[in-house]
Amino acid sequence: MREVAIIGAGSTKFGELWEKSFRDISVEAGLRAIGDAGISGEEIDALYGGNMSAGRFIEQEHIGALIADYAGLTGLHIPATRVEAACASGALALHLAVLSVASGWYDFVIAAGVEKMTDVDSDIADDLLASSVDREWEAICGATLPSLFAQMARAHMERYHTTSEQMAKVAAKNHANAIHNPYAQFRRAISAEAVLNSPLVADPLHMLDCSSIADGAAAVVLCAADKAKAYTDSPVYVKASAQASDTISLHDRRDVTAMDATIFASKKAYQTASLEPSQIDVAEVHDSYTIAEILAIEDLGFFNKGEGGIATGEGQTEIGGRIAINPSGGLKACGHPLGATGIRQAVEITQQLRGEAGKRQVPNAEVGLTHNIGGTGGTAIVHIFTS
Amino acid sequence: MVSTAKFWREQASRYNLEGTHCLTCGSYFFPPRIVCPKCRRDGNIERYQFKGTGDVVTYTTVYQAPQNPNRQTPYTLATIKLDEGPRLLSEVICEPEEIGTGMRVRSVFRKIGEEGARGMIYYGTKFVLA
Repeated sequence: MREVAIIGAGSTKFGELWEKSFRDISVEAGLRAIGDAGISGEEIDALYGGNMSAGRFIEQEHIGALIADYAGLTGLHIPATRVEAACASGALALHLAVLSVASGWYDFVIAAGVEKMTDVDSDIADDLLASSVDREWEAICGATLPSLFAQMARAHMERYHTTSEQMAKVAAKNHANAIHNPYAQFRRAISAEAVLNSPLVADPLHMLDCSSIADGAAAVVLCAADKAKAYTDSPVYVKASAQASDTISLHDRRDVTAMDATIFASKKAYQTASLEPSQIDVAEVHDSYTIAEILAIEDLGFFNKGEGGIATGEGQTEIGGRIAINPSGGLKACGHPLGATGIRQAVEITQQLRGEAGKRQVPNAEVGLTHNIGGTGGTAIVHIFTS
Repeated sequence: MVSTAKFWREQASRYNLEGTHCLTCGSYFFPPRIVCPKCRRDGNIERYQFKGTGDVVTYTTVYQAPQNPNRQTPYTLATIKLDEGPRLLSEVICEPEEIGTGMRVRSVFRKIGEEGARGMIYYGTKFVLA
């Protein structure tokens, strides 16, 4: 297997992009990544696009070909593949793109993620989120996506004494980070008190514990590491790309306060990269709900099980803390256009490891990690990168 | 909601908590499983009707959900561990402050939805505090 590097990265702004279509944002992100890499369209061998539900959000399937077409790549007839793993679709596109370059099959590949969520009303979008869990035996019985994370939060609070204040701190920290991220949906501070005073969505989760519905797209350009220096002085190397699955239903899990898919994927990733959790400088983790970040930082091995809330409360996950978690603002403040998120995380880590993250730069960041899950953790995908 | 056939084919499980039991390893499953995840091809699966009693593992009260004429907020959901072992998710008919982790619950037969004023009415299982 060959080593793989990221040589270009780009993203649209995330948010309610009413004036822009699915095609507009897909092409905008792709062109930014290609421009950043300084390669020409003729050099691209293949495209992988992560997207959860264009069929229901914009009534359009076959979006692999659509994106390649509107990106101006039709004349080259490159293979263009759409992949889906619910909210982890973006990281899945990256995983498959990495495998295709590592195997030697392709030399230059684009991994993109896109979701256009605001062309349907928010009730439909909320219902679509529930198609990432077990429709037949969770959603039909009344489960919404936040109601399942709320049950994880309840169990974590009762077993480990995690508090609503600690969960609110996740949202406050991520919003503070996003102030310095020009691509984030919400670039303003919110206090932990504001989170606690926002309406309950599913007890104990409040509205401001939840990530938002948004439009957005992001893309990275990958190539074989030995070719990377011809395009950039600061390639970012993909040291590990690991994917794991678990039961689709939350109630069938071994433990509702842990995500085994995250534990398995991260163990495999650390093993591949020959790195320990303590060697990670910066991580973009899947904070679709505040409790999800607390579970993630435990399951990824950054903190002991049950201590994620305490660590958050103590500021250990802030930029400048023991490990910087979600310097971009995370899903909470960047917005969560489902299929785009996994790639947006990789774009952020690329900028962090290049030292180009401006006021949200994590000092001396050399090793970064991304963590993207689908549904309540039926899929987890972990990537590790180095400068 | 769901199509008539999509609902009807799961009727035994939705009405009567019918799942499966693997005679090889003794494990119980709800909803029914075609393959025993422990024994896989060595499994020997038979249908089994659960007693409908169990404990609350974790719970939430939902205050915001997509518009659904059949389910008005707030409503309470729980992950329930059936006495035979498997867990499921169900609405628990109670006031939000009445439920707690570890409480005993039992299944009841209830209307769970309908296709408009003149369409199909769907029935299924919910739980109440025992």
